Amino acid sequence: MSTLNRRSFMKASGALVGALLAAGLMTTNAFAADFPTDKVMTTGLAVTDTVVKVGILHSATGTMAISETGSIQAEKLAIEQINAMGGILGRKIEVIQEDGASDWPTFAEKAKKLLASDKVAAVMGCWTSASRKAALPVFEKENGLLFYPTFYEGLEQSKNVFYTGQEATQQILAGLDWIAKEKKAKTFYLIGSDYIWPRTSMKIARKHIEKNLKGSVVGEEYIALGDTQFGSVINKIKLKKPDVIYAAVVGGSNVAWFKQLNAAGLNSAKQTMLTISVTEDEVLGIGGENLAGFYSAMKYFQSQTNPENVKFVAAFKKKYGKDAVIGDVTQAAYLGPWLYKAAVERAGSFDVDKVQAALPGYVFKDAPEGSVTVEKNHHLTTKLRIGQWGKDGQAKVVYTSGYIKPDPFPKGYQ
Amino acid sequence: MFDYSMADMGNIMVMQGFSGLSMFTVLLLMALGLAIIFGQMGVINMAHGEFMTIGAYTTVMLSKVAATYGFVNYYFLVAIVLAFILAFALGYFVEYIMIRHLYKRPLDTLLATWGLSLVMQQAFRSSFGAKEVSAELPEWMLGSFKPTPDIDIPINGVFVMVLALLVTAGVYIFMYRSRWGLRVRATVQNRVMAGAVGINTKKVDRITFALGCGIAGIAGAAFTTIASTGPTTGTLYIVDSFMVVVFGGAASLMGTIASAFGIAQAQSILQFFMTSSMGKVSTLLVIVGILMMKPEGLFASKLRK
Repeated sequence: MSTLNRRSFMKASGALVGALLAAGLMTTNAFAADFPTDKVMTTGLAVTDTVVKVGILHSATGTMAISETGSIQAEKLAIEQINAMGGILGRKIEVIQEDGASDWPTFAEKAKKLLASDKVAAVMGCWTSASRKAALPVFEKENGLLFYPTFYEGLEQSKNVFYTGQEATQQILAGLDWIAKEKKAKTFYLIGSDYIWPRTSMKIARKHIEKNLKGSVVGEEYIALGDTQFGSVINKIKLKKPDVIYAAVVGGSNVAWFKQLNAAGLNSAKQTMLTISVTEDEVLGIGGENLAGFYSAMKYFQSQTNPENVKFVAAFKKKYGKDAVIGDVTQAAYLGPWLYKAAVERAGSFDVDKVQAALPGYVFKDAPEGSVTVEKNHHLTTKLRIGQWGKDGQAKVVYTSGYIKPDPFPKGYQ
Repeated sequence: MFDYSMADMGNIMVMQGFSGLSMFTVLLLMALGLAIIFGQMGVINMAHGEFMTIGAYTTVMLSKVAATYGFVNYYFLVAIVLAFILAFALGYFVEYIMIRHLYKRPLDTLLATWGLSLVMQQAFRSSFGAKEVSAELPEWMLGSFKPTPDIDIPINGVFVMVLALLVTAGVYIFMYRSRWGLRVRATVQNRVMAGAVGINTKKVDRITFALGCGIAGIAGAAFTTIASTGPTTGTLYIVDSFMVVVFGGAASLMGTIASAFGIAQAQSILQFFMTSSMGKVSTLLVIVGILMMKPEGLFASKLRK
C-alpha cells in the first residue's frame, strides 16, 4: 500500500511540476494533475495522464456508409471541439476508428477489438438496430460503454448503452396527434420497409390511431428492402384515398417511393404525408422538388434557429464544406461525446460503472436540438418537431412538442 | 372492394395496367445488357449492376453541369449517349484485361466479376461520396400526363418505356439484321468454325461484352428518373436482371422479353391484390416452380448438346 501511495504521490507531484513549468501556456496539464490517473481510472482502460482513448465504430464502407458517414463526422467534430477546450479531466481524446463495413458480425468483432485489446473508455457507434443487437452482447460482457445515435424501435435498455436518438413512442405519438388535429385526419395508410424498425413503429402507430385517435388504418404495407417499384402500391393508395400516408420507407426504396409518388400525381397538394424516415441526409438523394410540402417527424432539423444550433451548423459546415447537411441522427451522434464528457466529469472518473451511474439526471442545455435530459432508462427526454420540406431540401419547423419522456417499453402498444 | 364506384375502378385499372407495363420495360432494360453478355457469351457478369451505376452517375454529374450552364431541358438525351459511351469503353477495357482470360472457366468469371463489382462500388464511394445523390430532372419529365382528370400516367414511366423499346429494337437489329450480329451468333454457336471462316472471334467477344455494358449504362441513366444513385445502387438491380435472363432462357432475345413481361405483370397484379412483399414472394415461387420443370428457361435455344 505504501509504495502505491508513494508512487501516486510521485506521479501527481511530477505532473504538478510539469504543470507549473508550463503554466500560462498550457493550463490543461494543471487540470489533469488534479485528477491523477490512478484515481480516475482503476479498471485498466486506455487512460493516461494526457490521453483518453475513445472508439468510433460505424460503417465507412458498404450499404450503410450512406447513412453512417454523417454520424462519424459529427462525432469527430464534437471530439475536436472537446479537445480544443482542454479535453476530459485534462486528457485529450484520442480516436480509434473501426469500420463495421455494413456487416453485423463485423460490428461485434470490432467492438470486441476496441474493448478488449484497445481498452477504449467509451465507444460512439452502431447505426442500424441489427448492428447494435450484434454488438450489444460484447458491450455487456466486456462492460463497455456505447453511445448509440439512431432513432430506433425501442424495446431495449442496457446499462452499457446510452441512446441519444429517440425511441419509437417519442417519435410517433406526438406526430400522429399533431397531424390528426391539424389536418382533421381520420384515415391512415401505413407503409414501411420490411424490417424490425418500421414494423414495430407501425404497430405502435396503428394502436395509437385506433385506440386514442379514433381513426382507422385503411392499409398497411411493407416493401422489401431495396425494392424500387411502387406502381401497384400507389394505385392501391389512390383507390383508398387516405387522409394521411404514414411512411417509414428507407434506403434506395425511399427515393424511388417519393419520385414515383410525384410522377403518379400524388404530390403534397393532393396528399398529406407524414414520414418518420426522412432527414436532411435522405433529401439529398430524393431531391427537394419531390418532397416539397410533405412532413417529417424528427427531434431535430438543421433549420432550427436557436443559437446553439446556429453555432453547430456553422462549425459543421466549416469543417465539412458548405454543402454538408445535418440530419436528425447526425445531430444525435454529436451529442454522444459531449454526454460522455459530462458523465466523466460528474463521476470524477473514467471507470465505466461510475460513468454509467453519473450520467442519468444530467441536463445538456447546450445541445443543438435544445435542452435534453438523460433519464434513468438511458434514453433522452427530448422534444418532437414536425418539419415541412421545402424545395431547397431544408425543412421548416411547423410544430414543436413539449418535452417527451422516453418510454422504451410502452404499455398497451405491443 | 365493392364500395368503390365503377369510374374509380376503371381509372385504377388503367393506371394499374400502365404500372405493369412500366415495370415490364424497367425489367427489360435492366436485363438486355445481361442477356447479351450472359446469353450470348456465357459470362456471368456480376458487375452488371455497377455498369448501370456508371450510367447513373454520368447522368447525375451531367445534370450538375447542365444546371450551371442552363441546358437542363436537353441534357438527358446527351446523358444517355454519354452513359453508353463510358460504360462501353470501360466494358471494352475490362474484357481486355480480365474477362478474356477466363472464357474457358465460366464459373470463375462469376468470382472475378463479383470482385470487380466490389472494386467499382468502392471506387464510386471514394470519388462521389457515400451519400445518395439525385439527378435534377428536366421540367418536362416531372409529373404526370392526364388523359382524364382522374387518371395519372407518370411521364418518367413513359420515357423509360420509349427508351426500352428503342434499345430493344436496336439490339434486335444489331443481333439479327447486321453483319456484326451474324458474326456474334456464329461465334456463339461454334467458335472454332467461326474462326476458320475468318471471323476475328476475339474482337467479336470484346465488342459484344462492351455492348452489353454500354446498354447497362443506358439503363442506369434511365433509372435516375425513378430511383436514386449511390455507390451500391447496382446491387438493387442485379438480382432482378439475372432472374429475367435465366427465366427467359439465356440465349434468346424473345425469351428475355417474354420473361420480363411475365414477371412484371405477375408481380404488379399480385402486389395489387396482396401486400407488396407477399406479391414478390409469390412471383418468385412461381418462377422457381417453372424453372424446376423447365430448367433451361422459357425459350431454350435450340442447340444440339
